[in-house]
Formats: sequence, structure tokens, C-alpha cells
Amino acid sequence: MATVGSGGDCSIGSGGRDPPPPLLFDEENEEDMFSSSHESLKVNQMDHGEEKDDDIFAEAKEELSLDSPENDWSQSTAKTEGLPQKVAVLPSVTAASVTSQSLPKQPKNGVKDISDDLDEEEEANKYSIEISVTDPKKIGDGMNAYMAYKVITKTNIPDFRNSEMEVYRRFSDFLGLHEKLVEKHLHQGRIIPPPPEKSVIGMTKIKMSKEESSSTEFVEQRRAALERFLCCVAKHPALQTDPSFVDFLELEGDLPRATSTSALSGAGVLRLFNRVGDSLGKMTYKMDESDQNLSWSCVIYYLQCSEDYEWFEEKQQQVESLDIQLKKLHSSIETLVINRKELAQNTGLFANSAAALGSVEEHTSLSRVLSQLAEVEDKIDLLHVNQADSDYYILSEFVKDYVGLIQAVKDVFHERVKLYKAWKDDEATLTKKREAKVRLELTHKADKIGSANQEIAEWEHRVEKSQEEFQAISKSIIKELKRFERQRLKDFRRAIISYLESLMENQQQLIKYWETFLPETKAIA
Amino acid sequence: MMDGMDESNDLLADGSGSKEKPEETVDLSTDTTLLVDISDALSEKDKVKFTVHTKTTLPAFRQSEFAVVRQHEEFVWLHDRFEESEEYAGIVIPPAPPKPDFDASREKLQKLGEGEGTMTKEEFQKMKQELEAEYLATFKKTVAMHEVFLQRLANHPVLRIDINFKIFLEYEQELGVRGKNNKERLSGFFTRVSQSVDEVLLSNQKDKDDFFEGQKTFLVEYFNRIKDATGKADRMTKSHKNVADSYIKISTCLVQLATSENTELEKLVNKLAETLERVRKLEGRIASDEDLKLSDTLRYYMRDTSAAKNLLYRRLRLLANFEAASKVVEKARAKNKDVQQAEDAHQQLAEKLDRLTDTAKQELTDFKARRITHFRKNMVDLAELELKHAKAQVQLLRNAITALKEMS
Repeated sequence: MATVGSGGDCSIGSGGRDPPPPLLFDEENEEDMFSSSHESLKVNQMDHGEEKDDDIFAEAKEELSLDSPENDWSQSTAKTEGLPQKVAVLPSVTAASVTSQSLPKQPKNGVKDISDDLDEEEEANKYSIEISVTDPKKIGDGMNAYMAYKVITKTNIPDFRNSEMEVYRRFSDFLGLHEKLVEKHLHQGRIIPPPPEKSVIGMTKIKMSKEESSSTEFVEQRRAALERFLCCVAKHPALQTDPSFVDFLELEGDLPRATSTSALSGAGVLRLFNRVGDSLGKMTYKMDESDQNLSWSCVIYYLQCSEDYEWFEEKQQQVESLDIQLKKLHSSIETLVINRKELAQNTGLFANSAAALGSVEEHTSLSRVLSQLAEVEDKIDLLHVNQADSDYYILSEFVKDYVGLIQAVKDVFHERVKLYKAWKDDEATLTKKREAKVRLELTHKADKIGSANQEIAEWEHRVEKSQEEFQAISKSIIKELKRFERQRLKDFRRAIISYLESLMENQQQLIKYWETFLPETKAIA
Repeated sequence: MMDGMDESNDLLADGSGSKEKPEETVDLSTDTTLLVDISDALSEKDKVKFTVHTKTTLPAFRQSEFAVVRQHEEFVWLHDRFEESEEYAGIVIPPAPPKPDFDASREKLQKLGEGEGTMTKEEFQKMKQELEAEYLATFKKTVAMHEVFLQRLANHPVLRIDINFKIFLEYEQELGVRGKNNKERLSGFFTRVSQSVDEVLLSNQKDKDDFFEGQKTFLVEYFNRIKDATGKADRMTKSHKNVADSYIKISTCLVQLATSENTELEKLVNKLAETLERVRKLEGRIASDEDLKLSDTLRYYMRDTSAAKNLLYRRLRLLANFEAASKVVEKARAKNKDVQQAEDAHQQLAEKLDRLTDTAKQELTDFKARRITHFRKNMVDLAELELKHAKAQVQLLRNAITALKEMS
């Protein structure tokens, strides 16, 4: 890792040819790199108006000064990235060496990637967190009844007050948590794991059932799903220290009711409309890169965007096809589960029948063997049930979780498109303001020029901001996707091995049963 | 008799029509005077044509080796001739083979053809293969059933010399046995109804002979339970096949998933797809072995039990007639009219009853022995096959898990 220079002392003056010192760069500050190399590019190639350079450097200076207190900065990154200090290991940035070519490749720079991975792994090894959801309890009666789940957490992450904690949460609390995470993190380009689905049937079962049994299966499935959800959130380096998440896990007593999460609430309906509106927006708005009116400062970004654009297009297509295939896979696994449950049931029925036959059989040893066959088949019935559960939890629910995650990835892609649109809209407005000013100048309406200039400055600032947001989300998504792919490989590997092991265990058990049965059959007189 | 039964048991169990099973060598007293088998079978639209091949040293036959072509209806005709004959009243008549039924397979094949557009080429091929194998298995089974029927007749000392049997084996032309027309079917229906009504009436008829009384109670109950067990076994094997087949779609989806993945994940997913494909084949074998060893055994003995019940019914009928004749004699003696006639009739029935009783006792004892041997053999086979397949699966899965753990 490169040495960390102390923050405040930046000597980038206008026209300075020195390469910028390796400062505490974060991804967010990369435009500094760009702007300075842009400047050097221009110095090498052509002469442009000084003011443009000044603007850019002004930006740079501004950025750096905002970040001067090291503590704040590192703390904020720790909060968002969970890392002490992140250093971009850049090769020595000389004016000549930085070409426009290397700029767009920044996100794909191999060196940077490795440091990413190393940082993340170090992070993973440093802190651990274990969450389990247990002990579902029915609270209340009738229409107001609900299930409460005990959430037990063990962790050494410093953001938590204790290392072990236990709280009770209900389903809507989980949905509320998800909503808060989405609010805070989606536009920062993070993939937020989706919560388990609402289920009117399940909800009715819980409210209406007098005893535990009729809703047991549903409650168990939900409990497992809730646990997987929390663990998935906990694995995410940015989300694991989110204050809402921390509160969820450690705050004693009830959380404020997340009323907007109920299926039939006004907020819910509104969300539905927004979703629809969004989808329409998704279909019609395409990121059009061929706009000729881009200003110089946008050219670089245009280049960056076009490289990323291909990358993003490719990724989006991959994600789409993954979505379709996972859904097909999930449906085929569901069929297997159903068939196996039916097999279990029919095996049990046969076992009863065989027992009945055995009890009537007049030949004693044959009668005994038939009874034993009935016992074996009864045990096999249970084995099939067991295997069906493995089919369900290890494979079916696993694939379903990933279908949900893919949706979250699509959501974050969509968020990026929204930010891009916002940026371009702001740019269009800025252009209009500038044109308005020119018109004012031509018609010599000097008095209005002042306010026009003010507006232009304001919009320039806004364009800058939305541009930054767009770039930030793009970078974040790239990082998130990489993490997602790594996680996916691990998860799939684990699930596949676990499933095959479950199949193997059941077969080994089968062997035991038949091995005890075989000598009995040979003993028929 | 027993030997022949063992041989046919093998064929039944095997279902492949293969004749060679050296380890199942039957007893020393191999009777080769009349050997019957089905050497060929042709499936034509709705009909199956069986080539019945006979090899014999008996003088009653014109040639020593010959073959004829028969259809299912002709087998049923032969069975009915035996069942209706008074001469064989005391014998457990081997049950007629069931009608060849390819409807289920044909329907499935058709449905597959319709759904061809919705699946990948490999998936379609696999399912087609599975269905074709099912069709073939059904075909082999029906051949085996028809063969077993004939072989039991050929091995029975009394039944084998029947004239109708000879005609069946020898007569080159079609036997001209059309399927029953409506009138005959209706009368057949009524006969069966009256038979069961009679059975109810006769069930109140106490058999003074404890052996037969006991047998009656046993067989009636046994029949009900074995019928139930057969049905449940069929459903279980069918479910097992369904589970095996569901792996086809899963493997297909996994392969598609793998093609769009990066190298590491692609390898993992492909390995899973390959493993599940092998698991599927094993599960399919288990399902068909269970079908053969378990369901088919139960089914055959359900039919045989029914045949034994018919024997008891015939005996009870005769017993009732005999007791009626005794009353006639008493009346005649009281009136002193037609005494000789009544006594002669009574005497005849007495002899008939005795003969039938002796034969029936032997037949029922043989039936029990046959049943026990057959069950024993098939249970042993079932357990051994289940073990073999389970061990193969464990091996397969263990290798796959090791390979996966070694990947990265």
C-alpha cells in the first residue's frame, strides 16, 4: 500500500505541472485525478482558455479542502466502507503518462481491483457477526395476532454496544428495516438483499389458527427466510454497520411500527404506482450518448461513460438472462419437491398396506418379513420427507433468494439510469439558462444579466453534483457487482456441495435399512 | 410343476424375456416333455401378436417342434375353457394374462410430442428415451405374463393334456375367437353377478371340513389386502419414477445456466448437472426394479388368489348340490319313490365331491408353497437391488463432492 500523505497540504496551483501527490484518494475523489491529468493532457496537446483550467482546479481545491480533517473523513469512510483508510495505488502520475486511454480504464485497473479485494478480505477477517432467528411465538389473538421472532446476534463489530444481544421482532419490522436500507443505500449504488415475501395466506393462517400445527410449516419457512435475509445484510460491508441495522439488532423493546409496509396501505399503493411509472420510464429512456452539445468538461466523462456504458450494457444483459434462467431453475426444483413429497406419502400408504397384508399372511416367517418390509418402508417415508426438506431449503429457497437478489441488482441498475437522466436533465437546463443569458446580452437587457449569471452558477453547481452522483453510483455498482459475483461463487459452491451431501446421507441411511432387512428375507422358511 | 414355476418366476421377475439364468437352475426333475415359450412378439397398432413356440416329445402332438401366432383374445378363450370345465373344477386355474395396455405410454408420448417446442433438444431427447424405455418395459411385461400363463398350463399334469390346450398350441389358423359380443358380455356380467351373490349365500354355508373353512376365511381376507397392497405399490413406484424424471428439467436448466456463467461457476454448475443426471438414471432403475420385484409379485398373487377363491367357490357349490341331493334321497326314502334314482345321483355327487376335495387340497397346498417361494425370491432380489443402487449412488455422490471440493 502506498504511504498515506497527510491531508491538508495540496499545492496544486493553476498551471502547476507537478503530478498531484498521492493523497488520500477515495473513489469519490477520482475526478481530481481526472481533472489534473486532463489539465496535463491539454498542456501537452492544445491550448485552451485558462479559465477552463482554473475552473477545474478550483473544483479540485474545493474538494480537497472539504476533506481536510482526517478524522472525519476516515470515520465517514469507515461508516460507509468500513475501512480504516483506502488508498488508491496509482502508478506515478506524470503528465505524459496519463493519457485519455487509461482514464476510462480506472474502474478496471487490475491493481486497484486487488487492493479492493484485499481490503475487503481483511475487513471480513477482522470482524465477525452471527445472527440467528429462532423461537417463533404467537402474540395476541384473532385479527391482531402476529408472530414474534427472537433475533440473537453475536458480534465483535465495534458499532454495536454489546457483543451478544437478543431482541424480539415481528415480520413488519424486517420489512421496515429493508425499506430504510433502500432509502439510504440504493442511490449510492448498493445491492440491498430483499426481505422475504409478504403472504396473505400465511398471515391468515397465523391469525386464524387456534393451535400451532396448521401454520407450523409456513412459520418455519418464514423463520428460515428471515434468518437468511439478516445474514445476507450482515455480509455486506457497507450495510453491516448501518445504524438502522444496528438498531434493529440491538434495540430492546418494540420498534416503531413500519406502517407503510402493509400490503394494503396508502403508501403501499403509492409505491405500486411509482414502480409502474418507473418501469415505463425504464422502457422509454435510453442513455443516448450522441448528444452533440456536450461541453468540454463532459468529454472526458463521455469517454468514461462510453466504456462503462458497454460494460454496463453487457452486465445488464447478463443479469437479465441470469434472472430468466434462475426462475426456470427454481420452478423445476419446486416440481421436484412436490414429487418427492408425494413419493413420501405414497410410501407411507404402502407401508400400512404391507403391514395389513403381513398380519393376514398365514405363513409365519413370510408374515414376519412382510411386517418388517412395512417397517422399512415407513422409515423410508421419513427419509423422503427429510430429502424433500433438503430439496426445498438447500436448493429451492436458495435459488429463490438469488432471484430476489437479481431483482435488487436490477433495481440498482435502474437507480443509475435515473441519476443519469437527472444529470442530463440538469445539463439541458443549464444550456437553456446560458442561451437565455446570451439572448439577454444581445437584447442589451443588462439589468437581468446579473440574475441570469446567478442562475447559471447555481445550475453549474447542480450539474456538477448530479454528475458526481452518477459517477459515484457507477463506480459503486461496479464494485458491488464484483463483490456480488464473488459471493455468488462462494454461495453456489456451498449450496451444491451441501445438497449433494444431503443426498448422500440419505442414501447411506437407506443402505442401513436394507442391510438389516436383507438377512430377514433370506430366513423365510 | 414347481420347477416350471421357478423358471417362469425368473422370467416374470426379469421382465426381459431372457431365458438364460444359470444360477436359478431348477430342480433335478426337469420335465422337458412339453416346453412352451413365446419366441417372438409383434406390436401392431392396437394388437400384439405372440409367436407361441412349442417343443415336445409327447406323442399326442403331430410334430415335435412348431410355432403358431396367437393374440390376447385367444389366450383368454383358452383360460375360459379351463375355468368353465367341470373336469378341472378342483384345480386352481392359472389366471389369464392381463390385456396388453399401451394407452398410458402412448398418451404420454403424444403429450411429449405436443410439448416439444417448449423444451431444449437434449431435454426432449432424454424424455423421449425415458418414454420409449417405459413402452418397451410394458411390452416385455405383457410378453412375460402371457408366457407364464402357458408355462403353468404346460407344467400341470392334468391341464397339459387338455384338448383345447393342444389346439391352442398346434392349430395353425386363427382360432376364430372373436371378442365377446355385447350379448355375451352381458351374460358374462350376469354370470359374475350371480356368482358373487352365490358366494354370499354360500359364505353362510359352513364347510364341515376345517381345512377348507379356514382356507376360505384366509383367502377372502388375503385377496382384499393384497389387492390394496398392489394398488399402493403401483402408486409408490409411479411417484418414484416422477421424482427421477423431475431431475431432467433441473439438469437442463443447470446446463443453460452454466453456459452463461464465467469459468469457475460454470464448472460447478455443470458438475451438479452431470451428477444429477446420473442420480436420475439410478433412481429410474430403482423405480423399475421396485415395480418388477414388488408390484408385479403382488399383482400376480392377487390374481392367483382370485383363482384359488374360484376353486373354493366351485367346491362350495358342489357341496351345496351334494347336500341338496342328500335331502332328495331322504325325501325319496320317506315316500318310497324313485329311491334308486336319488341314491345314484347322490352317490355320483359324493364321488365328485371326494375327488374335488382331494385335488383341491393338493392344489391349495401347492398354491401356498408357490406363493411363499415366489415372495421370498422377490423380496431377496428387491433388497439386494435396493442395496446395489444405494451403494452406487453413495459412490457417485462421494466422487462428485470430492471433485467439487477440489475445484478452487
